Amino acid sequence: MLQKLTRRDFNKLLLSGVAGSALGLFGKSNTAFASTKRVVVIGGGFGGAAAAKYLRKLDPSIAVTLVEPKAIFYTCPFSNWVLGGLKTMEDIAHTYTVLKNKYQINIVSDVVTSIDVTKGTVKLKSGNVLSYDRLVVSPGIDFKWDSIGGYSESVANSKMPHSWHAGPQTILLHKQLLGMRDGGNVFICPPANPFRCPPGPYERASLIAYYLKEHKPKSKIIIFDAKENFSKQELFKKGWERLYPGMIEWRSSAMGGKVSRVDAGAMTVTTEFGVEKGDVINVIPAQKAGKIAFDAGLTDATGWCPINPVSFESTIHPGIHVIGDASFAGAMPKSGFAASSQGKVAAAAIVRLFQGKVPAAPSLVNTCYSLLAPKYGISVAGVYKLTVEGIVEIKEAGGLTPINADDDQLREEALFAEGWYKNISLDTWG
Amino acid sequence: MVLKLGIRLAVCALSLMVIATGSGILSAAGRVSSKPEGQVHSQKAEFNPRGQVLALSCTSCHGTDGKSAGIIPSIYGRSAVYLETALKAFKSGARYSTVMSRHAKGYSDEELRLISEYFAMISHNHK
Repeated sequence: MLQKLTRRDFNKLLLSGVAGSALGLFGKSNTAFASTKRVVVIGGGFGGAAAAKYLRKLDPSIAVTLVEPKAIFYTCPFSNWVLGGLKTMEDIAHTYTVLKNKYQINIVSDVVTSIDVTKGTVKLKSGNVLSYDRLVVSPGIDFKWDSIGGYSESVANSKMPHSWHAGPQTILLHKQLLGMRDGGNVFICPPANPFRCPPGPYERASLIAYYLKEHKPKSKIIIFDAKENFSKQELFKKGWERLYPGMIEWRSSAMGGKVSRVDAGAMTVTTEFGVEKGDVINVIPAQKAGKIAFDAGLTDATGWCPINPVSFESTIHPGIHVIGDASFAGAMPKSGFAASSQGKVAAAAIVRLFQGKVPAAPSLVNTCYSLLAPKYGISVAGVYKLTVEGIVEIKEAGGLTPINADDDQLREEALFAEGWYKNISLDTWG
Repeated sequence: MVLKLGIRLAVCALSLMVIATGSGILSAAGRVSSKPEGQVHSQKAEFNPRGQVLALSCTSCHGTDGKSAGIIPSIYGRSAVYLETALKAFKSGARYSTVMSRHAKGYSDEELRLISEYFAMISHNHK
């Protein structure tokens, strides 16, 4: 419907006072000039932790409670480095100590079981209830277990890990790789779009190849993809030819890549082209917004949460901001970096809304580094702004590492990848 | 559908208002900085909210307040002139970078100025 509007019509609507009513979208606190400023944040990942920290940093008069069941948060970024033997689990572990002590955030180790949008409360598994003036929901992803026949949570926890939540799943896949025979076949089965970390499966293939090349050089990796193309494709393919010739095979969806079934007992995957047996099978299922987003009615038919891109406030439930992978943020990918950027934009918007002011126009950014080998890094960057079409990528900016980048530049990108991880971790949890 | 359209339009309307608000505050900030220097140093300068939102993007790689812990250069402590010159050189491609030019091209010269002013102001306020 929007497409039928001309810019002139759009401007007319602006002048006729739609702008005034826009303020109503921001919920009760805005008009009430809330006497209390209590924000509850659900989820302590890149989005939630960054939102909590920046709320306190930008306005210390806001009381912030962060609800996160895990005492230690393992990041998905750099978990592939663990699989390649380049980092340890300790290297990707983060705690909430600094957020608690330095930023005075109330850390609650619990699980939110329900949200009462009318009363403005969240109920916890322990039975406790927290009241909020504004709520930030950053639950990340959940899996569509039924997207591949024969796959389930128990299969993931025993035979075929997804390793798309870092932690025990990373350790399981790592153990399987360490235990595999030389000459074994590793299968990686990425889902169709959209999913968390678009370049992730291909960085994973690269760093598993790095490990295998050194320790089990007769082995092979086959990527059974549900897609026809993938993030940074040409850069990855060029890198694989240079670093791991003949070791990584990528099969597109149409060329027998789409996995319809798995058999955990027989360790096989079924595609249109037949049944194949693997030694280590990493199934990354299709994804949707985290459970609490569904339970609270924050999702739409897409399985993700529609939001107002100025403040990341839900277009379904005012007063609740949804950030990170669970939100539908226009052209932005689902990445830790994007989540962190959104968390900060939402925090700045909430601060302004509590003051009864209009939030500043958002500016969002994403940078994803992928490592192919210790001295071989590539990146994709994007700068995003708000337009009539929602959050769009600025065409003149962003893009990939040049395909003809020389070895010095690839080495620099690998170094910056480490620098990036250090700083974004500190910007989020430190 | 109508409701959805209304919301989308309202959001866009808001963003335009927001830009207007930003520039109002900007001119106020301009007046502050034209005061004699002693007076400026005696008080904490106010942030331009648009500059703040723009600058928050930088801290993911350059560290909170622009204080980097690793190989990526710190922004903190640099003057507005230094930062603006560097950002414009990245934008034009005059200065070599791996990723900075890809970022800098996403901002108008005015936005690069706001980012530079914001980090310079943080450094000033912490003194």
